[in-house]
Amino acid sequence: MRRTLFESLSRGPLTETAPRPQDTDIAELAVAVERSARRRLGRSLAIRQVDAGSCNGCELEIHALTNAFYDLERFGLRFVASPRHADVLLVTGPVTKNMREALERTYRATPDPKWVVAVGDCARDGGLFAGSYAVVGGVSEVVPVDLHIPGCPPSPNHLLQGLLALLEISGK
Amino acid sequence: MPSLETIVAQGRAVETHRPWPRVPVSPELWTAAAGELAEGRATLLGLWGEAGTSYAVHMALLGEGNRDIAVLSLACPELEFPSIGGRHAPAIRLERALHSLYGLRPIGIPDLRPWLDLGFWDMQFPLGGRSAPAPQPYAFLPVEGENLHQIPVGPVHAGIIEPGHFRFTASGETVARLEERLGYAHKGIESLMAGAPLERGARLAARTSGDSTVAYGIAFARAIEAALNIDPPPRAHYLRALMAELERLANHLGDIGAICNDASFALMHAYCGVLRELILRASQSCFGHRLMMDRVIPGGVTTDLSSGDVTTLRNLLRQIKDRFPLLIELYDNTASLQDRTAATGILDAVIARRFGAAGFVGRASGRDFDARKTPGYPPYPGLDFRVPVLTAGDVNARIWIRIREVEQSLALVEQIVEQLPQGPITAPIETAEASGEGLGLVESFRGDVLVSLRLAAGRIVRCHLRDPSWFQWPLLEAAIEGNIVADFPLCNKSFNCSYSGHDA
Repeated sequence: MRRTLFESLSRGPLTETAPRPQDTDIAELAVAVERSARRRLGRSLAIRQVDAGSCNGCELEIHALTNAFYDLERFGLRFVASPRHADVLLVTGPVTKNMREALERTYRATPDPKWVVAVGDCARDGGLFAGSYAVVGGVSEVVPVDLHIPGCPPSPNHLLQGLLALLEISGK
Repeated sequence: MPSLETIVAQGRAVETHRPWPRVPVSPELWTAAAGELAEGRATLLGLWGEAGTSYAVHMALLGEGNRDIAVLSLACPELEFPSIGGRHAPAIRLERALHSLYGLRPIGIPDLRPWLDLGFWDMQFPLGGRSAPAPQPYAFLPVEGENLHQIPVGPVHAGIIEPGHFRFTASGETVARLEERLGYAHKGIESLMAGAPLERGARLAARTSGDSTVAYGIAFARAIEAALNIDPPPRAHYLRALMAELERLANHLGDIGAICNDASFALMHAYCGVLRELILRASQSCFGHRLMMDRVIPGGVTTDLSSGDVTTLRNLLRQIKDRFPLLIELYDNTASLQDRTAATGILDAVIARRFGAAGFVGRASGRDFDARKTPGYPPYPGLDFRVPVLTAGDVNARIWIRIREVEQSLALVEQIVEQLPQGPITAPIETAEASGEGLGLVESFRGDVLVSLRLAAGRIVRCHLRDPSWFQWPLLEAAIEGNIVADFPLCNKSFNCSYSGHDA
């Protein structure tokens, strides 16, 4: 183990430069911020991820955010296990009817101020699964959504762009 | 007791079903097949229902020796059928789900509580087209004893993970029983498939379980191709295998690290995460999508490899071969980590065999089955690889199986890149009047994926997708018994069952 650690110190980090947030994301978030009063949260956000019925593709790319290349935590963003510790809910999937109540309760358990980010094409409007007897539809049909990040699944870079935009706006 | 061969021979196989026979049987023969399963002379591959012009249940079986496959079909005019689960436990959840979706009643099943139906749909039996009164509140299995407490976990649980509910009964720190309740990711894919054109069906299949999108794509495509008697060109077979092995590598490398992380050993997780990311970037570069979603289609594949892509893949192989041995050494030499993984979450070999435990879960507990070998499918018969099998059945064994399979997959990718035949990457498919029935069985990274479908007039009449997790989830309950609650994440990740694939 010591050898591996020393090797990584001498080789230097793999972490890549952050992508620039997109103007469209900033625009969507700015509108969301207008709608509610909120305290300045500094430069750190705790995220609770909620899979509301996704195929797991979005989860894989969200996981990638924590790898050495994207290194989410250097931005002050981190995943937490309880919605009670969270500032942000990161929601994936076409909300299944089986997950509707769990998503609602998770949202209510998250203290204010909070934001909801809907990740992936399914989270926007049910995607390919819209119209099924088992599916409600987009996340916004169940809880208010502050930002949509499209993709099937969105790449870690696209996810980072959205989250960095949220960080910029929430700090204002 | 007639053998599977005899049962099949006694019926009249449906002509349009390929590549293995589908035989309508009588209730007596159906029950005889249950006997074969209970005696261990056949393995259950799938059990699903059908509604429409008439009701029926279908059962896919793997014969002794793992070579022959057959589907038995039983008409259910009275909306009921003799339960297989009454004699063979692996069928119980499949029959509970069948009943919850279609309303077909398994006679003699010991447990008919709903499965996948959590009481949130606006109807019962959504695929059976009948209304019914609302189901009773769900009763978890009773537990008797002193000093027992319940721990409910999920569906929102852990960190970044799919939704599922785990009801623990614990005595102090020790798990007396784990009972799962799944279905939170049920999207009704089977209903969306009915009447869908082939292209939409392929996209739905690819999103049944995102981490196995390539394997599902291949299984669906092979079922379509079997139904229509089409053979993709050799180059397409090789490119499919290349994508499948890259998917296997990416998942195994990510999982080895993630399992170690669930024992708080973040160093392995960090380094394995780097290797996984390198594979995803190579996949993006070669195939235009990090997960290679929608790259396998009926008839072939959508993207070809350039000579630049071949160089990219050779570089990827070299990078992984350079770094992976050090990680194996790191895992093997960290005593505190071995202390967590060895002798934890043991899956008994007898149970693994009875359940036809799929993939690495079975192979870490002595079950020597890999669909790439038996029944086998192109191009694997032309490639040189071994199927590692271990017997300890603990978390450590499930890590070592993945390590060995990474080595085999690296060798496969190397062979595929060197032997890639020239030629087209798709065979033309005349979809307008496409009709027939097909079955596909493909080895995803976690185990065999089964796809059964019927086509008529260019559309999918019905399509059933059976995730390998159906024969892994129940085994997690067996493996966790007697372990401490704190070892659940370790055990769960060592299985890495699919929630979305199972719920479908």
